[in-house]
Amino acid sequence: MLQVAQSTEVLSVAGLRKRYRDTVAVDGISFAVARNEIVGLLGPNGAGKTTTINMVLGVLAPTAGSIQIEGVDLASHRSEALGCTNFAAVYAPLPGNLTVEQNLRIFGLIYRVKNLPERIATLLQRFDLERFRKVKYGVLSSGEQTRVALAKAMLNRPHLLLLDEPTVSLDPSVAREIREQIREYASQGPGGVLWTSHNMHEVEDVCHRVLFLSRGKILLEGNPKTLAREHGKQSLEELFITVAREPLALDLRHTL
Amino acid sequence: MSLTRTAAIVLRQFYLTRGSFSRVLPMFVWVGVDMVLWGFITRYLNAVTASGINFVPRLLGTVLLWDFFIRVMQGITMAFFEDVWSRNFLNFFATPLRIEEYVAGLVLSSIATSTVSLAVMLVLATMVFGLSFFVYGLLLLPFILVLFLCGIALGVFASGMVLRLGPATEWFVWPIPALLSPFAGVFYPLSTLPRWMQAMAHLLPQSYVFEAMRTVISGGTAPVAALAWAGSLAIVYVLVACWFFTRMYQYAVRTGLVARYSAETVS
Repeated sequence: MLQVAQSTEVLSVAGLRKRYRDTVAVDGISFAVARNEIVGLLGPNGAGKTTTINMVLGVLAPTAGSIQIEGVDLASHRSEALGCTNFAAVYAPLPGNLTVEQNLRIFGLIYRVKNLPERIATLLQRFDLERFRKVKYGVLSSGEQTRVALAKAMLNRPHLLLLDEPTVSLDPSVAREIREQIREYASQGPGGVLWTSHNMHEVEDVCHRVLFLSRGKILLEGNPKTLAREHGKQSLEELFITVAREPLALDLRHTL
Repeated sequence: MSLTRTAAIVLRQFYLTRGSFSRVLPMFVWVGVDMVLWGFITRYLNAVTASGINFVPRLLGTVLLWDFFIRVMQGITMAFFEDVWSRNFLNFFATPLRIEEYVAGLVLSSIATSTVSLAVMLVLATMVFGLSFFVYGLLLLPFILVLFLCGIALGVFASGMVLRLGPATEWFVWPIPALLSPFAGVFYPLSTLPRWMQAMAHLLPQSYVFEAMRTVISGGTAPVAALAWAGSLAIVYVLVACWFFTRMYQYAVRTGLVARYSAETVS
């Protein structure tokens, strides 16, 4: 069995590119996620965020470049690399015809989680899902479904947690709790988090570092609390709008 | 290869089947209807023909084994369609699950469901219509094995086809056994067919099984070599089907179809 390296980087992406015929969706991007770090992957619709996440999840083959998760090459050791990864995304609902517990058990077996019944019980409690244990996933509200998806994403204590708009359908109170849990997971857990969101206040609150993607390239990178000022903007949201509408107008003197 | 991950696929199918009347019923109903229908047809034929031929093992026996082949194939495709219908590919294929573990899970699910169907057919055919499997002797085992392998091969191939062409193409899958049946010689000897159809029939392992059944019932020598050839051919088809499914999966990953499966095409 492949040994997982314990380096500071849980995710290392180098020269990643995806081309669909005449369209370049992701254009040679390189970045890393360090242990205990939450990195925000930001950008307008169509910037290449989901394409990047799909490539990191192994469900989309890159045209060029490499992805290493905990030092394990995804292309050549897919199963081992994905064994220490997990994700939650609004566009990937769990099977609605299985109960919450059945879903968690099946994915727990796929990730070969040790002491699975105890782990499921812990996660049901942590995400306030105990009363939905025997309820089919498909009949839950969108907020409850999001909490189940997050519980599934935490099943294997992933070293790399990918979250695509994890709080989009949650009310502000639950969203805050979830953010707190993910922050706690990142600070005390074994790995790092790659997070996409269109909520700039949330990003500023949660992420240690952000990457702005535009037209498949990383346009900006930095601390979400200072990045806007560094580029002459009042807020991260204003910076986001500029990236989305007129990326060439940006002052890029401070970028890497 | 992890047995735990394969077991997860089987467990998923168990959960879905256990709690669903609409999934349990087809395991019994279609095979039951076929047994009753062909049981009475064979009784009628026994009554109106003066040939002295017993049509029960000739027709009812072959229909039973043909239905078994169909149930094995559909056991795989139905388990696969559960992922199509619940848009679950992204969830499954973004995990450490290997493609061979997934396919093995589909095959094991099919073994479970087709065994139930086979048991129902055996009970009806033997208890109601007096079909005795002693007439086939020990050859019944290779008959079942070859048809089982054919069902696996066709089920995996059909699933690969749907993976490549999109959810709407599941309707291509259902008529495949009906398209094959004229060539397989389920109801008549291959010599009945024109030459070009006989040539096609020799590519189907099922045709050797049904020819062997008729030979044995007529008191002929068991065609062991032909059955061995049929078994080898079926194994080759299983390997080709697994290769095909893997290639279709690789195509889906290369083009992004796994992540956008409901779109049916990425072009």
